[in-house]
Amino acid sequence: MIAAALVLAALGAWQLVVEAGWVDPLILPGPIAVAESLWEDRALLADDLRVTAGEVALGLAAAVAAGVALAVAMHLSRTVRRALRPLVIGSQAVPVPVIAPLVVLVLGFGLAPKVLLVALVCFFPVTINLLDGLSDADPDARKLLRSLDAGRWRTLWLLEAPSALPAALTGVKVAAAVAVIGAVFAEWAGADAGLGHALLTANGQLETARAFAATVLLFVLAIVAYGLCALLERRLVPWAARTDHTGA
Amino acid sequence: MRIETEAPVEEPRHISEAGAVVLEDVARAFGPVRALERVTLRVAAGEIVAVVGPSGCGKSTLLELVCGLQRPDAGRVVAPPAALMPQRDGLLPWLSALDNAGLALRAAGASRAAARAAAHQHFAAFGLEGFERARPRALSGGMRQRVAFLRTLLAGRPVLCLDEPFGALDALTRVQMQQWLATALAREPRTVLLVTHDVEEAVLLADRVVLLSARPGRVVATLPVDLPRPRARGDHAVVALRERALALLGGEVDA
Repeated sequence: MIAAALVLAALGAWQLVVEAGWVDPLILPGPIAVAESLWEDRALLADDLRVTAGEVALGLAAAVAAGVALAVAMHLSRTVRRALRPLVIGSQAVPVPVIAPLVVLVLGFGLAPKVLLVALVCFFPVTINLLDGLSDADPDARKLLRSLDAGRWRTLWLLEAPSALPAALTGVKVAAAVAVIGAVFAEWAGADAGLGHALLTANGQLETARAFAATVLLFVLAIVAYGLCALLERRLVPWAARTDHTGA
Repeated sequence: MRIETEAPVEEPRHISEAGAVVLEDVARAFGPVRALERVTLRVAAGEIVAVVGPSGCGKSTLLELVCGLQRPDAGRVVAPPAALMPQRDGLLPWLSALDNAGLALRAAGASRAAARAAAHQHFAAFGLEGFERARPRALSGGMRQRVAFLRTLLAGRPVLCLDEPFGALDALTRVQMQQWLATALAREPRTVLLVTHDVEEAVLLADRVVLLSARPGRVVATLPVDLPRPRARGDHAVVALRERALALLGGEVDA
C-alpha cells in the first residue's frame, strides 16, 4: 500500500513539474500524456509486451535449467567447481550491451539471441544461490544420512536439494527482476518487435510519451515476473514460510 | 555387514560374541581436546546400556564411533550395524511425519510409497495416527521424538544408538516419553546404547548403567540394574541406585 502511495505521490509531483512548464514536454512528458499513449498505442504495445514477456520467460527458464545443471555439477565435483567458478563469475563482468550485437551477429535476429542474453544475465544468481544452498545443508542431518548409508545422489535428493530450495528460489527471484534488462539490450542489438525495440523506435521518432509507456510496461513486467517467482516460492517451500516480505 | 573401525593399524577382523557392541581401550581426540580416553565398554545383544556423564564428556562421540561415523584414534570398536538417533531429533523440516519416519528406508533406496507404507504400520502404536501429513514444526516435542525414534527403528539395524533422546523435552513430557520408550523397547527388543545426562532416566530404562567421567571421558563405574520392569521413579530400589550413581559420579555431574 505504501508503495502505491509513493508511486502516486511521485506521479503527482511529476505532473506538476510538467504543468508548471519547467521542462519541455518533448523531453519529459507528464504521466497523463504517458497514460494516454499507453491507451492509444495499446494494440502495438501489447504485441511488444507479449514478445518481451516471451523472451523473459524463455530466458529465465533457460537460466534456471543451466543454473541448476551448473550448480549441481559444481557441487558434486570439486574439479568441476574449480574449473568453472572463475568462468561463472567472469561471465558477470561481460557488459551485455557490448556482447549483445556480437550474439545477434552469430545467432541472427530471431528469438535465440534474446533468450541467450536473458539467460546470461539470469543464470548467475540462480547458480550461486543454489550452489551455496546445496553446501549449507544442516551438518547434523548430513551425519544422520551418513549413518543411514545414504549415497551421494540419495543425499543430494533427500537432503541437499530440498534444503537448498529456498536459497535457489531467492536466486530465481533476483534473476526474474533483472531478466528484463537482458531482454531490452538484446532487442536493442537487433529486433523488429518487443518493448526494447518499441523504446528505441519511439525515441528515434521523438515519441517520448510512447517511450515512457514502454518503460512503464517493462517496469510492470519485472514486478510481475518477480511476483510469480515469489508465488512459486510459497508453493514450493511452505516449510520455510518467511515473515511476510511478499505483501505489496 | 558389521561396522568395524580400528586404529591405527588394520588387524584381522575380530568377531566378538554375535550381536554385541564392544569398545576396547578406545581413545578419541579432536585436536587438543581429548574426548574419550581408554574407554572399554561392552553391550551384549539385546541389552540396554545407558551411558551417563556430565556434558562434554564425549558421550556423543562414543555413539558416533559405534555408528561408524568416526574412527577411534586408538583401541578397537566392533559393532553390528547401528542406527543413530541424534541429539536434536534430526527431522527434516520439509518432510511430513510419515516421510520423516520412513527416511531410513528411502536412504536405503526404497520408493516413497514403500517407505510410507512401512512407516504407517507403526503410526497407531506410536500414538501418531492422524499426524501422518504434519510437518515437524506442527508436532509437539514428544511427537517429534517419537517420529525420530520410529525412523531409527525402521533403519532395521540390530543396534540403536540414542543420543539424549529426551534432553530437549520439558520435565513432564520427558517422564511420559521415558515410560513410552520402556514399553516400545519391551515390544521391539533391540540392543540399545542410550546416552543421557539424566541418572534417573538411565536407571529407569537400562539393564546396566555406565558412568563416564568429565572430559576426557573414562569409565568410572558400571552399575547393573537388576530391577523388574516396569520401574517407577518412586521405587525404593530406583531411588537407591540413582543416589549411588550420583555419589559415584561425585563432582562429575553438575546436577
